[in-house]
Amino acid sequence: MLSFVLSRILQSFIVMIGVSLVAFSLFTYVGDPISNLVGIQTSDAKREKLRESLGLNDPMPVQFLRFIERASQFEFGISYQQKRKVGDIIAERLPATLELSFVSAMLALLIGIPAGIYTALHRKSWFSHFMLSASLVGVSLPTFLIGIMLIFVFAVNFNILPSFGRGEVVKLGFWSTGFLTASGLKALIMPSITLALFQMTLIMRLVRSEMLEVLRADYIKFARARGLSDRMVNFSYALMNTLVPVITITGLQLGSIIAFAIITETVFQWPGLGLMFIQAINEVDIPVMSTYLLLIAMFFVIINLIVDLLYYFVDPRLRVKQGD
Amino acid sequence: MSDTSPSTKAPGLFQRIWQSDMGYSFRSSKITVVAGIISALFVLAALFAPWVAPHDPYDLASISIMDAFLPPAWMEGGDARFLLGTDNIGRDVLSTIIHGSRISLGVGLASVFFAASIGITLGLISGYVGGRTDAFIMRVAEIQLSFPDILIALLIDGTIRSILGPGAHGNISFFVVIAAISLAYWVQFARTVRSTTMVEKNKEYIQAARVTGKGSLYIMFRHLLPNVMGPVLVIATIMLALAIVTEATLSFLGVGVPPTQPSLGTLIRIGNDFLFSGEWWITIFPGGALAIMGLSVNLLGDWLRDALNPKLR
Amino acid sequence: MTDKPLLEVRNLRVEFPTREATLVAVDDISFHINAGEVLGVVGESGAGKSMTGAAIIGLIEPPGHIAGGEIIFDGQRIDNLSNTEIRKIRGRHIGAIFQDPLTSLNPLHTVGRQIIDTIITHLPLSQKQARTRALELLKEVGIPSAEERIDHYPHQFSGGMRQRVVIALALCADPKLIIADEPTTALDVSIQAQIINLLKGLCSQYDTAIMLVTHDMGVIAETADRVAVMYAGRIGEIGPVADIIQQPKLPYTVGLMGSIPAIGEDVERLTQIDGSMPRLNALPSGCRFHPRCPSAFAYCAIERPELIEAGNSQVACWLYDKEKGQGKSPAHGLQKTHTKAVSKTTTQPANTLLQVEGLKQYFDVSPPLLTRLLERTGRKYVHAVDGLDFTINRGETFGLVGESGCGKSTVARAIVGLYKATDGTICFDYVDDGGLDDKQRMQMIFQDPHASLNPRWRVREIVAEAIPAGTGSTKQKITARVGELLAQVGLAAEDARKYPHEFSGGQRQRISIARALAGEPEFLVCDEPTSALDVSVQAQILNLMVDLQRRMGLTYLFISHDLAVVNHISTKVGVMYLGRLVEWADTDTLFSNPQHPYTRMLLDSIPDLTNIGAKRSQVGGEVPSPINPPSGCTFHPRCPFATDRCKSEIPIASSVSGSSVACHAIEEKRLPDWKTS
Repeated sequence: MLSFVLSRILQSFIVMIGVSLVAFSLFTYVGDPISNLVGIQTSDAKREKLRESLGLNDPMPVQFLRFIERASQFEFGISYQQKRKVGDIIAERLPATLELSFVSAMLALLIGIPAGIYTALHRKSWFSHFMLSASLVGVSLPTFLIGIMLIFVFAVNFNILPSFGRGEVVKLGFWSTGFLTASGLKALIMPSITLALFQMTLIMRLVRSEMLEVLRADYIKFARARGLSDRMVNFSYALMNTLVPVITITGLQLGSIIAFAIITETVFQWPGLGLMFIQAINEVDIPVMSTYLLLIAMFFVIINLIVDLLYYFVDPRLRVKQGD
Repeated sequence: MSDTSPSTKAPGLFQRIWQSDMGYSFRSSKITVVAGIISALFVLAALFAPWVAPHDPYDLASISIMDAFLPPAWMEGGDARFLLGTDNIGRDVLSTIIHGSRISLGVGLASVFFAASIGITLGLISGYVGGRTDAFIMRVAEIQLSFPDILIALLIDGTIRSILGPGAHGNISFFVVIAAISLAYWVQFARTVRSTTMVEKNKEYIQAARVTGKGSLYIMFRHLLPNVMGPVLVIATIMLALAIVTEATLSFLGVGVPPTQPSLGTLIRIGNDFLFSGEWWITIFPGGALAIMGLSVNLLGDWLRDALNPKLR
Repeated sequence: MTDKPLLEVRNLRVEFPTREATLVAVDDISFHINAGEVLGVVGESGAGKSMTGAAIIGLIEPPGHIAGGEIIFDGQRIDNLSNTEIRKIRGRHIGAIFQDPLTSLNPLHTVGRQIIDTIITHLPLSQKQARTRALELLKEVGIPSAEERIDHYPHQFSGGMRQRVVIALALCADPKLIIADEPTTALDVSIQAQIINLLKGLCSQYDTAIMLVTHDMGVIAETADRVAVMYAGRIGEIGPVADIIQQPKLPYTVGLMGSIPAIGEDVERLTQIDGSMPRLNALPSGCRFHPRCPSAFAYCAIERPELIEAGNSQVACWLYDKEKGQGKSPAHGLQKTHTKAVSKTTTQPANTLLQVEGLKQYFDVSPPLLTRLLERTGRKYVHAVDGLDFTINRGETFGLVGESGCGKSTVARAIVGLYKATDGTICFDYVDDGGLDDKQRMQMIFQDPHASLNPRWRVREIVAEAIPAGTGSTKQKITARVGELLAQVGLAAEDARKYPHEFSGGQRQRISIARALAGEPEFLVCDEPTSALDVSVQAQILNLMVDLQRRMGLTYLFISHDLAVVNHISTKVGVMYLGRLVEWADTDTLFSNPQHPYTRMLLDSIPDLTNIGAKRSQVGGEVPSPINPPSGCTFHPRCPFATDRCKSEIPIASSVSGSSVACHAIEEKRLPDWKTS
C-alpha cells in the first residue's frame, strides 16, 4: 500500500516538474519580461539593472529553482497587462470556475454513468438508440456552438435565462459563491449544461463500450451458466468489472473539465480562470498563462491521485499479492 | 480485419469493395450512407468553392456595405441574390459558408496528416524499440494528455504568436493553427500505434522476419506499418472531426485563422456579436454547417471503428 | 435408475444467420445421455461439438439460435424454456465447466463469495450454511487449506487450482449433468491428469452424468463410457468407447485414430486424411466427409447418410448400408501403415552441427526502482533457461519436451538469435554463433499459423522475403523459386497470389515451412509447429516434415509439449524442467527405459489409448514459478525420491543405461527400475 501510494506521488511529482519546466520556459524565453515591465523610454542601463535585480542573468537551473521555490509559495509574478499580482487575480477568479466545474462534473457523472449502463444492458431498445444518436451529436458539436444555440433559444428567443455573467454572488470570506442567490443559480444553468454535455456523452459512451466488453467475458458466460440471476450477473459481476477501467478515464475527463471551461466561460462571459486565460493569450500576458498552466496541472495531478487510490480499493489484483 | 486488404486488380475494384464486408456494413447502415454523402458533398464544395459559391466573398469590389445585414431570401426584406442573407459587411452568407468549409476542411485535413505522421513515427519507434526511448516518449505523451487538446492548441498557438510578434498575422496564422492542432493531436496516434505495435511485434511473423536477418527499420515500416494502419484510419477519421471542431473553436476564441479569410469558426464568432440584435442568420447558418460537417465525419468514424472491429458486430 | 435417459437430444439444429447464407453449425443430430454416464463428444475444431453443449444449457451466442429439434432433460423439454425458467435448471440441474480457468472466474470477488452466491441462488440455505457447504466443496475438489483459501481472489490461485474451483462451482447445487467443454485443454499434461481424475471421481461419487466435449482422444479413452464422433455439424459415429477406439467403423474415425501418434509404436508416416474439415459456408453435398474419404463411392455425394446400427455402435456411413454399401470394403487405406521406421538409434558417426554449452537466458522482470527500495526487494529475474548443454548431430531430429514455462521456446529463440544469451555458447557448425550470423543456414518454424504470416502480405511476398538477395535474382526467378518452394510443401504455384487468411491452419503452416526453406537451410528450429493444429492436419504436417528431411537432409530441433509427437518424429529426445535439461537420450532408450523421475512422471501422465478406462497415475503439484526456482534440483518439491541433498545441490548429468540423467537419486541408485508393462 505504502509503496503504491508513494510511487504514485512520485509520478505526480515528475509530471509537475515537467509542467513547471514548460511554464518556466514560457515565462523566461517567450517575449522579453523586461520590456513588458518598463516603458519604452527606459534606458539600457536601467534595463540591465532591473534584469540583474530580477535575477534574469543567473544560470538557467538557478532561475528554474527560484521559479519553483516562488511558485510553491504562490508567488507567480506580476501580470503584464493588469500590473497586479497573478496570485491575487487567480484567487479572485478561482471560485467562479470551481463552482461551474463542480456542477458540470456532477451532471456528467450522474447522467453519464447510468445512461452508459442502460445502453449497454438494453442494446436493442429504442431509448438506447436515441441516447446513442444524441450522444454522437453531443460529441460532434463544438462546445461553443452548443452554448450559442442555448443562448439563442433561452436568452434571445424566450428570454428566460441570463446569457452572461454569474448573477449575484455572495462573499464568504475570500470565496464568492453563486449558489446562494436565485440569480446566481439561474446564471449557472446554461453554462453548466454546456460544459457538462461533452463529458457526459463521453462518459456514457465509455461506460457502454467497457460494459459491453465485460459482458462478453468468459466469467460472465460462466456466471450465466451457473444460473445466477440477471441482476447479480449485470451488477455484481459486470458493473464492478466495468468500473475498473472506467474510473481511470472518467477521472481524467473530469480533470479536464476545469480547462475545458475556457470555451464555456468565453461564450457566457463567465468571470472565471478560463476567461482570464483567453484574455492573457490575446494580450500575450505570459505570467498569467504560465500560472494557469501550473494550476491546471496541479488539479490534474490531485484528481489523478484520487483516482489511483480508488482504483486500488476496487481491484483486488492491486491490493492482494499473488499467492502460490 | 481480413477483408480490408487492398485489392490490386484495377477492374471491378469499386465493385469488390462494395461487395466486401466493409461495403456491406456501409450499405446496410442508412445513417452512414447519409453521412458519407454529406461528407462527400462538403469535400466537393470545398474543392470547387470558387465555382460553386454564388459570390466571391474575398472580392472586395463586388461587396457592397449597402447589402449588409440582409436576412435570408425567404424572409421579409430578404434579397433573392443572397439565399441565406448577408453578414455585417455585406458578404453573402452562403458563399462565406462554402469558402469557410474549404478552409475548415483544409486545416483539419492538414492537421490530421501532420499529427498522424508524427504520431505514427513516434508510436512505431516507441512500441518497437521499447525501453528508455519508449518510457521517454510515453512520459511526454502522458503529460501532454493530462491537458485537454484545446488547451494545448491554445498554448502552442499563443506561444508561436508571441514569438513571432503581433505583426505576423495573415497567411502565417494558417500554419500556426495547423501546427498547434497537429502538435495537440499526435499523442492519440502515437498511443494507438504504440499499443498495436506492441501486440504485433510479439507475433511470430515479426520474429520470422528477424530470423531472416531483417533490420529494425525494415520491420517497422514494411511489416508493422501496414498492420497498424487499420486503427490509424479509425483514429484519423475521428480526429478529423475533432480537428475541424478545434480549428473552429480556436477561430471562435479569436486566435485561429484571420477574419479576412474566415473559416466556419470565424464566421460564428463574427455573427455572435449580432445574435442579440436579431441578425441570427450570420451565426446560425455557419453553426449549422459546422455541426453537420462534424457530425457526418464522426458518424463515418464511428462506422469505421465498428466495421474494423469484428468483436462489436 | 429408470430406463429413460437423463438427457435426450432429438434432431437438434443450430443455425447462424450471416448475410450470405444461414450457416448450420449443428445439423439434425440426436443422442442421449443416461444418468451417471460419461458421454465423450469428440471432433476437430469446427465440428459443432461446443455448440451442441451450449445449446443444451441455452447459451448460444446470438445471432446463433436453435432452429429445430428438441432437448429433453429429465422428462422436461428445455430448449423452449423462457430465460427465467432455464435459469432454474442451469447450475441447479445442469452444471457447466469451460475451457480456460484463467478467465472463467470473476477477478473482483473472492472464490468463496462466488461459490456462496451460486449456492444461495439454487439451494434454500442461509449465508452461513452456504459458506460451510462452500468449504466442503473446496476440500472435496482438493484445495489445500481451504479455510484460508476460501477468502482468496482468483488471481491468487494457479491454473490447475482455478480449474478445481471451477469444478466446485459446477458441483455447487449437486447437478445431475455436467457439460464440460474442453476442461483440460488449457492445462499442462501433468495437471490434466489431476483434473480428469478429480472430475471422474466426483461424478461417480454423486452419480452425475458428464457430457465431455474435447478434441483429445486420450482424455476420452480414459474417461468416457460412450463416444460420439462429430464432423462438420453431424454425428458420424456413436458407440461404446472400446468399439470407437479399437474398432472404429466410420472411415473418418479410422483415419482420426490412425493420425494420432502413439508412444510405443514405430511407424514412419502417420495415417493421413488429406484436406481439412470444410468451412460451414462450403459444405459438400451428401456425406460431408466424402471429398476426403478414400472409400467414398458415387452415392456418398448424393444422399446424406443417417445413423444406422453397425455392431455395437451406430454409424452414419453408406458403406454400412445393406444395399448401397454392398461389396464395398470399409475404410480402406486409412489403417495405420506399419512400415517399420528407420531405426531411431543413430548409427552414422556423429557429426556435430549444433553445440549448446552452459546456455543461460534470464529476463529482467524487476519492479520499478522505487518499489524495490520501499519493499526492500532486489531485482527479479525469470530464469527461463538456466544452464543447458546439448549437441545436435547432422541429419538428426532432436526433440525437446517439457511443460509450459519450462523454457523450451526460449531455447529455440536463443539458438536462432532472437535473444542474446545471458551466458553460455551456441556453436553452429563449429563456429560460435554470437547472433544472427547463420541466418540462411538456420531457419525457424513457428507455432501459431495465424500469427506467423503477415496478414497484409501476399504469400508470394512472404516466401520471397526469405529468399536470399543473391546476384541476378530477377522478378521471374523469384516467382519461379516461390512456385518451386510452394510445390515442395504441397501447395500450388497459384497460391502465391493469395493472402494468408484465404488458407486453413494446416496450409498456413505449409507456407511457413516454405518460407523457412527459402534460404536452403541445413537446420530448422521448429517451435511447437503442430500444437495449434487438429490431429488430422498435424499428421499431414508431421509427414511433410519427415519427407522433407529425407529429401533434403535437414536437421531439426523439434520443440513440443506432446510426448507422443516427439516420440514419433525425433531420433533423440531431451526433457526440460524449469530451464534445465533433466534427461536426454536416444528416443527409443528414453521412451522404453526412462530414468529421471520427471520423465517417468510425464510418461505416466499420458493417457493410454490402448488401455481404455485406465487411470493415469496422479502426479502431485504444479510447475513452480521460474522467478524463484526451487534450490538444488528444481524438481525436488514434486519428487517422491527427494532428499536433503536434492534440496541443496544441483545434480550434474551422468550417463545411466544409455541416457544422460541429472538426478541425485539415480546416482545414489535409490530409484527403482522402470516397470516395463
